[in-house]
Amino acid sequence: MELKNKIPFHFSIIFTIACIILVITFWISIVYGNADIDTSTILNAIFNYDPEDVNHNIIIDVRIPRDIGALLVGVALAVSGAGIQSVTRNSLADPSLIGLNSGAALMLALTYAVSPVITFPLLILTGFIGAMLGGTMVLMIGSSRKDGFNPVRLILAGAAVSALLSAASQAIALYFRLNQSLIFWSSGGVSGTTWQQLYTGIPVVAIIVVIFILISGQLSILNLGESIAKGLGQNVKLIRPGTMLLSMLLAGISVAIVGQIAFVGLMVPHISRFLVGTDYKKVIPLTAVLGGCLVVGADTVARLMGEAPVSAIISFIGVPYFLYLIKKGGRTI
Amino acid sequence: MIDSKLKRKQIIVCLVLTVLLFLAVTWSITSGEYKMDLSAYLKTLIGQGEFKDNLILMEFRMPRMLITLLAGMALSMSGAIIQSITKNPLAESGILGINAGGGFAIAVFIVIGQVNPNTFIYVLPLISAAGGILTALLIFLFSYNKGKGISPVNMVLIGVGLSAALSGGSITMMRKFNEDQAEFIAAWMAGNIWGDEWPFVLAFLPWILIIIPFLFFKSNSLNIINTNDQTAKSLGVNLDKERLILLIASVILSSVAVAVVGSIGFIGLMGPHIAKSFVGPRHQLFLPIALLTGAFLLVVADTVGQTVLPIGTIPAGIVVAIIGAPYFLYLMYKTNAV
Repeated sequence: MELKNKIPFHFSIIFTIACIILVITFWISIVYGNADIDTSTILNAIFNYDPEDVNHNIIIDVRIPRDIGALLVGVALAVSGAGIQSVTRNSLADPSLIGLNSGAALMLALTYAVSPVITFPLLILTGFIGAMLGGTMVLMIGSSRKDGFNPVRLILAGAAVSALLSAASQAIALYFRLNQSLIFWSSGGVSGTTWQQLYTGIPVVAIIVVIFILISGQLSILNLGESIAKGLGQNVKLIRPGTMLLSMLLAGISVAIVGQIAFVGLMVPHISRFLVGTDYKKVIPLTAVLGGCLVVGADTVARLMGEAPVSAIISFIGVPYFLYLIKKGGRTI
Repeated sequence: MIDSKLKRKQIIVCLVLTVLLFLAVTWSITSGEYKMDLSAYLKTLIGQGEFKDNLILMEFRMPRMLITLLAGMALSMSGAIIQSITKNPLAESGILGINAGGGFAIAVFIVIGQVNPNTFIYVLPLISAAGGILTALLIFLFSYNKGKGISPVNMVLIGVGLSAALSGGSITMMRKFNEDQAEFIAAWMAGNIWGDEWPFVLAFLPWILIIIPFLFFKSNSLNIINTNDQTAKSLGVNLDKERLILLIASVILSSVAVAVVGSIGFIGLMGPHIAKSFVGPRHQLFLPIALLTGAFLLVVADTVGQTVLPIGTIPAGIVVAIIGAPYFLYLMYKTNAV
């Protein structure tokens, strides 16, 4: 595309604005909710926590973990999407559209069926294994022999694999009578995030995002196409599966925290590339921040609409965007 | 002219399938919580059964069986037509999001409508068809490119996207439901055959009786559309108009079916493909076989779902997806069309 060498806006300005938006969104999200709590109470709750005060409890035990959860999931999904889009060179790729989310959900359903009480790190691990299962199936079937990852094949394979894996999860849910929790997994919501989950989730996501930033130069090269990447001396055999695995890990974590949310990983990298061009050194940090904004914002809207699922709110923006991308005929990134 | 060998093959396949279908129906009806033995079943069928068998067969199992058969036929037929007009061997009402559109319309209806238990059954197919048609038109609109006409590939992609949005929408609305309504929509989305009484058969049958013969009547048009656009135009077929009519007919067919049996995908994929593998792509030849195959698959899937678990049941839609999705992937792997 013509954006390839042109940087429409200066990166540091864009990045600063994005960070400010994130802070504002985050703040709004803490302030607004069923219980009206004013700013001074919130600051008091953070710096001067009083375990007897109900409002303090709401802030510390419910709202803040929930918002950090939303932030974490947004970062994870958006960066995961950027990684997948770069590896498959497919502008329509998204963790949920290529089967990562439904695979993770299936493994989580299986885990809950076998043992309802399970520690969160183990849950992340099973989510990751599931994402690997779903993703590998889709990538193997979706890549035709001739032209690598054909976007249409990838989406179709993703739709079919998701249908299969979701049917399997539903069957497991019915058999083990897990239905209530499974509806939760498939509709997506951050309302139940606990500090326990965050203590494991934050470091893992942070480490992976840092790795992504470190290898972002390689991702930019990969984005030029396999033959050019090889010509530039890149170890394609290592970088591609490595990036894919990291993306799957991120998707697995976010499913373990919120269930399935689609289109974050599709939209956010597109917006970032539109703003700062295709240099992944800039795209990855911006994608992380904007992903956080999107999910925190959507979660706030969802809460104000009486606990609607976040995933549905995001779909309302994501699907028109997806349709627009198809209409545009976006083959290349 | 149609090769007489193929014609004979078609008749043989149809006969074999009819026998298989009868066996599947027998298996389905005689199994279940009350096990009816074979002789009692056959006796009841010809009107010589005992009162209890008669009651169970005629009041409970027969209407459900008819619904399953008709829905299987409708879904398979609809899939065959959609594949022909989009020239995409992987298209089908489930993948295209048309089922999800019907479901969304039903969810909206439950939220805003005054649900009247007396007319509910008859209104439901209409609501579902309206939702399905709107979705199909949306897909049609978005995949229409000035100068190039309809792009079959975009059609499928847009369908996948819409399907995600519409199911998301239905789930969102479930929050507004009471427990019974939410459970109904959840079961509906899993493809639970729930319309199992005679009124459902009555609400469903007229649609089938009108649309299936109409589509058979259009077989030649379909053959031409399926070849290529140049040929079709030179033979004087008004492509876009004909496509739209056929699309709407097939969408009504599948929407009416999913209104009664829930969101069931992949039958419309498997039925036509299996049929074509016997007698080739001519619509006159493969459509009857596709009807029988669709009915057979749905009856078997439903029976497996009803009997395989020691307690409780698995909705037919889930069983169909577990068989159908791998089949879809296999077709994708094999085909170079996409």
